[in-house]
Amino acid sequence: MKEKTIVQGFANNLDARNRKGVIWHVIFQASTVVGILALIALMLNVINSAFGYVAYEARVDPDSLAVDGTALEEQSKEQLVALLQSTLSSGAYNKLDNEKPFVDRSREEVFQLVVERIIRPQVVEVWNLWPSLTQPDEIRATVTKDHPETELDFVSWLTYDFVTRPQTSEPFTAGVRTAILGSLWTILFTILLAFPIGVGAAIYLEEYASDNWLNRIIQTNINNLAGVPSIVYGILGLAIFVRTLEPLTSGEVFGLVDPTTANGRTVLSAGLTLGLLVLPIIIINAQEAIRAVPRSLRNASFGVGATKWQTVWSHVLPNALPGILTGTILAVSRAIGETAPLVVVGASTAISFDPDSPFSKFTTLPIQIYQWTSRPQDEFQSLAAASILVLLVLLLSLNASAVLLRNRFSRRF
Amino acid sequence: MTANNNSHEQQYVLETHNLDIYYGSFKAVTDVNMKVERNKITAIIGPSGCGKSTLLRAFNRMNELFAGTSIRGRVMFDGEDIYARDVDPVEVRYRIGMVFQKPNPFPKSIYENIAWTARIHGYKGNMNELVENSLRQAALWDEVKDKLQQSGLSLSGGQQQRLCIARAISIKPEVILMDEPASALDPIATLKIEELMQELKKNYTITIVTHNMQQAARVSDYTAMMMLSGEGERSGTVIEFDETNRIFTIPKDKRTEDYVTGRFG
Repeated sequence: MKEKTIVQGFANNLDARNRKGVIWHVIFQASTVVGILALIALMLNVINSAFGYVAYEARVDPDSLAVDGTALEEQSKEQLVALLQSTLSSGAYNKLDNEKPFVDRSREEVFQLVVERIIRPQVVEVWNLWPSLTQPDEIRATVTKDHPETELDFVSWLTYDFVTRPQTSEPFTAGVRTAILGSLWTILFTILLAFPIGVGAAIYLEEYASDNWLNRIIQTNINNLAGVPSIVYGILGLAIFVRTLEPLTSGEVFGLVDPTTANGRTVLSAGLTLGLLVLPIIIINAQEAIRAVPRSLRNASFGVGATKWQTVWSHVLPNALPGILTGTILAVSRAIGETAPLVVVGASTAISFDPDSPFSKFTTLPIQIYQWTSRPQDEFQSLAAASILVLLVLLLSLNASAVLLRNRFSRRF
Repeated sequence: MTANNNSHEQQYVLETHNLDIYYGSFKAVTDVNMKVERNKITAIIGPSGCGKSTLLRAFNRMNELFAGTSIRGRVMFDGEDIYARDVDPVEVRYRIGMVFQKPNPFPKSIYENIAWTARIHGYKGNMNELVENSLRQAALWDEVKDKLQQSGLSLSGGQQQRLCIARAISIKPEVILMDEPASALDPIATLKIEELMQELKKNYTITIVTHNMQQAARVSDYTAMMMLSGEGERSGTVIEFDETNRIFTIPKDKRTEDYVTGRFG
């Protein structure tokens, strides 16, 4: 193309403008790359800790437990129970029997107990995935030299058993089932509290509240509440749900627990606390979604003589629903990962039974991770890494199901 | 609204008396006195920003949906003040329907667009019949009868606007307000809407706001000419209201003459 004749007062600066565009393009791309690199580093770090070589020794040699030439692995349940009875103190044995009578336990469970209580494999040293892959020979040499009596195995800390076993203090038998169930129970009450109240408040603020100073103050405060540190919500939850409403949150008023031992540190308290935490986020997102419903649609509805409620119910909400659900997904994801408020509300760190009602004591995955990472032994770091993977999978699957739900709703006409 | 005390039908369906319309403290429309005759088409013309749409929306209390609007003066519908305290604006909008500038069918099926509208008013009759009749009256039936379950948004702009008209007439309003109903449409679709208005006029009273003077001249029986005047030329008012052919041939006001002959400004 022939160059345009320069008009007086104008510069022919297209090249300079394009260069500027390219520079910004590169900057934006770099930001994205940094984000992705950070994510990859995180994942690699977690995966690195979750797998690798472990050197361990049994405190009691399993071979010494053979009875009449029957190896331990092949003994019947009765033989194993007898073994436990003879080895453990009678107090410890009776405690186990009280938790769940031996008659009701399967052979697998009893065998687990034997491993946990008698053989008690003890971790001597743990290696991460990277050294395990790159220098297995050095590791083997070190182990043979320093700990000749130990066994060396390549283990994945994340196993099916890890997900399905309750928490114990032994790294080889520890699991996160109680924590997963605790997280799910907690999040259930979070959603039950925050979703209806949040959407209701958003509808009121957007559709009904008039624009006066009181409502503006309310709006400003909701925006501010979304930025309040989560630990503050924890203290609020402790004061309200755990202490003040203890008869309710412990299940006492329903006659479910003995009033003398009633304790408000329950799944219900935790769920409600997290519900308060995410409530402002849900309100704000729902308001945005409702505001984004085009005015022309409201006009159409009012123009044919629909009432405000008919307009809101039939047009505004269905059209805002995908946005409302997106906001709720984000809020719930945040709630699942929250640790600090639950520490304050009183999540139990060591708990070996499943939460089975709103009034159960509980722990959650982030609490479990926090507790394991704060232990000095390497094997617990590996357990924490494995739990992080479980938490991520849980989060992703909850999000995926929420996204599916949202897409169902947003299939518009 | 109770039935009119006078047994004979009023000749004028809508009347305004010294109507002022405010946005907050800003007076957008000043001192409008006009009458809308039954089964006629009344056009409101004038330059942009002179308050035509604001005036039109005052006829069915749509202005109230914007925060901070208020009126002074009176708007009479069949001889009764629609802004009286005991009048529910929802009923006003039920009896005085509206078609908007931009076609705005509900994001539902063509069938549901009309069925929902009828249902919210408690319609219990034969829905299929009502849908068909409404679409026929809006001259849309032949084009959509095989795809009633498709989205209203899948239609062309002109068809969407006729669907909106079908939706408006499905609940048998007494007046239909049209706010530049053809301004977003091409000439062919515009022509269809105009033909449709002539047809609808037999059963309904129509008030239309339009930018297009030829359109006003073609379709309307009466024309109100609006222009900014008073309050330092910032507030709109009706400067002349007369039969359409008089407005376009022997206007009394110089400004009307300049505007309709294209010599404005």
